[in-house]
Amino acid sequence: MPEVAVRELTFAQAVREALAEEMRRDPRVCIFGEDVAEAGTPFKVLSGLVEEFGRERVLDTPISEAGFTGMGVGAAMTGLRPVVDIMFGDFLTLTMDQLVNQAAKVHYMSGGNWKVPMVLRTTLGATRRSAAQHSQSLHAWLSHVPGLKVAMPSTPYDAKGLLKTAIRDDNPVVFFEDKMMYKLKGPVPEEDYTIPFGVAEVKREGQDITIVATSSMVQVALGAAEMLEKVGLSAEVIDPRTTWPLDEKTLAESAKKTSRAIVVDEGYGRYGVTGEIASVIAEGAFYSLDAPVKRMGAMHVPIPFSPPLEDMTVPTEQMVFEAARAMCGKG
Amino acid sequence: MSVATDQARVVDGVKAEQWTRIYRRMVMIREFEEQVNELYTRALMPGLAHLYIGEEAVAVGICEALRRTDYITSTHRGHGHCLAKGASPDRMFAELLGKEAGYCRGKGGSMHIADPATGNLGANAIVGGSAGIATGAALSSKRLGTGQVTVCFFGEGALGQGVLYEVMNLAALGKLPVIYVCENNLYNEYTHYSETTAGDMLARGAAFGVHAESVDGQDVRTVYGTAQRLVGRARKGEGPAFLVCNTYRYMGHHVGDINREYYRSKQEEQEWKAKRDPIKNFAEWMIAQKVADTAALEEMHKEVRAEMKAAVEFAIAAPYPKPEEAEQGVYA
Repeated sequence: MPEVAVRELTFAQAVREALAEEMRRDPRVCIFGEDVAEAGTPFKVLSGLVEEFGRERVLDTPISEAGFTGMGVGAAMTGLRPVVDIMFGDFLTLTMDQLVNQAAKVHYMSGGNWKVPMVLRTTLGATRRSAAQHSQSLHAWLSHVPGLKVAMPSTPYDAKGLLKTAIRDDNPVVFFEDKMMYKLKGPVPEEDYTIPFGVAEVKREGQDITIVATSSMVQVALGAAEMLEKVGLSAEVIDPRTTWPLDEKTLAESAKKTSRAIVVDEGYGRYGVTGEIASVIAEGAFYSLDAPVKRMGAMHVPIPFSPPLEDMTVPTEQMVFEAARAMCGKG
Repeated sequence: MSVATDQARVVDGVKAEQWTRIYRRMVMIREFEEQVNELYTRALMPGLAHLYIGEEAVAVGICEALRRTDYITSTHRGHGHCLAKGASPDRMFAELLGKEAGYCRGKGGSMHIADPATGNLGANAIVGGSAGIATGAALSSKRLGTGQVTVCFFGEGALGQGVLYEVMNLAALGKLPVIYVCENNLYNEYTHYSETTAGDMLARGAAFGVHAESVDGQDVRTVYGTAQRLVGRARKGEGPAFLVCNTYRYMGHHVGDINREYYRSKQEEQEWKAKRDPIKNFAEWMIAQKVADTAALEEMHKEVRAEMKAAVEFAIAAPYPKPEEAEQGVYA
C-alpha cells in the first residue's frame, strides 16, 4: 500500500467515491438498480449520488433483475457505461441469461463488432443472519464464464482502485463486495488511481506457508497469520483481487517459496474458486510443495439462519490458523 | 433494374421506386432463404437454419420505416431482419458457412448475425433474449439524445418469457423509443401458439401502458404504414409500442423439420401460400397500380436469384478463420 495513503475511508465510502469520481470524469457512466437513488441501497453504499448526479444517471428500477441487467447490456453496447446494482449476490440467479448468454458472449460472438462495457456490482458473504437466499457467495459461477471478468476487493483501497478499473474496462465485469466489510476502514488516497486486473497483491509476506484468500477471507487470513506468528510460523497472505483474470504466476511463485499453500474463499469449496486456485498452485509449484494444497470454503450447505449454525459455515481465523499449523507440522 | 413504369410516380403516398425497392428486398430475402435451404440440403451448411420464408413482409415493412442508424435486435429466425436492415448477402452467407469474411468472422453463424454499420445489435438464439438489449439501446438513445429508435423483433414464442414483460414495464416507465415487434407465425417451434398463450396478446403490452396493436403481417404496405406511425411516435418521445404482426412460417421450425403433419396440416400450409403470400399479393397490387409490370418483376426475380447465387459462391470460396482465431476476441 502506498505511503501517501493517510486518509481512512470505510469500504462503502471507497466504493461510493470510486463511483462519484468516475461519474464526474465520464458522463456516460450511470447506475441502475433497485433503490439505488434516494435510498442509496439498503447498505447505504450509494447515498448522496442521486443528489449530485440526478435521477437520470442514478436510476431506480423495478424489482426486475433480469430486465434491468439486460437493459444494462444493451445500454453498454450503444454508448453508455452502466454500473448495474444487484443488491444481493443471491439475485444473480435472476440475471444469469443476461450475464452469461448475452453480456459475456456479445463481443466474441459478434466477431468483435460489439462490446459491453458494463459493471455489475453485487454482494457476497454470510454471517449477516439473512438465511439461505441472502448469504451466498456465487463468484465462482461467473469466474467460470469466458467473456466475463470478476473482481473481489478485500480492502477499501482495493475497492476504489478495482472499481475504477472495472468502470473503464470495455468488457463486462462482475464486482463482488462483501456485505460484512462495508464498515471496514482503511487508507484510501484522495487522488485518482486504478488497480490493474489480474495482478495479485501480497498482503503480508511470509516464509512458511502461503494463504491465498479472496474478498471476505483476506481479513480472516491476515488474522490467522497473526496467530501463526505467535506460534513461530510466518504466513504469506496473497489476495488475487480478481478471480478472472487470475494472476497464476504470483500464486505459484509464493507456493514455491513457502512449499505449502491453503486457499480460503467464502464460496463453496466444491467445484469452486478454491479448487481452481489449488490446481493452479499444484500445476505451477508441484515440485516445491511439501503437502497437498488445502482448500477451505463455505460448508456445503444452504446457509442456515440460526446464528450458531450459520457461523459454522464460514472459515474463521481459528480454522485457518489450525489448518495452517497442522500443515506446517506444528499441529 | 428494368422496371417499365415511371418510378417517380407516387402511389398511396409512396414513390413507385420505393415500392419497387420494398418488393425487391422481399424477393431478396426469399431467394436468400431458398439458397440457404439448398446449401443445407446439399450438406454444405453446418448447424441449423431457421428460415424466414413467408414472413418477408414483416422485416421489410418494419425496416423500411427505420433509418440506417436505428437499431434492431433479431432472433434465431433472423436472416430476414438482417437483410431488411441492409446487411449484404455475401457476408451473410459467409457467416452461415463459418467463414472469416462473415459478419462475425464466422464465430456467430446463422443465429447471431450482428452488424454495427446497419444498426444490427445482433440476432439472438435465446428466445426473448434480446429484449433487454433492445430496451437498453433505447435507453442510450434517449439519454444521449440521438433520436434513434430500436426495434426488437421476436416470435410469439417469446411471449412466454418473463424478461419481455420486465423490460416492457421499464420501457413504459422511461418512455423509451423502442418497438417490440412480435411476429406471430402461429407456431412456437412445433406447438401452436394457442396451446401456450393464454388471454389476449395485445393486452399484455397494454397492461403496461405500452401502445399495442396488431397488423396483417402478410401485407407489406400495412406493415410499413403502421411501422412509420409507431417509429414516428417513438422518435417524438411518445414511448414504446408493441406490434403483433400476424404471419406464417412456410417452412419447418428449422430446415430439418420436414414431417410437420403432427402439428399442422399440409392443407393449412397450402392455403397460406396460395392466398396470403406476401410477395405474390404485393406483386399483384403493384401490377394493378401500374407500379411495375409482370415482365419487369420476373426480370427482377432473375436478377436477385443471380445475385444470391453469386453471394453463395463467394461464401463457399471464402477461407475459414485461422486456428488462432478461436482464442481471440473473447475480450475487447
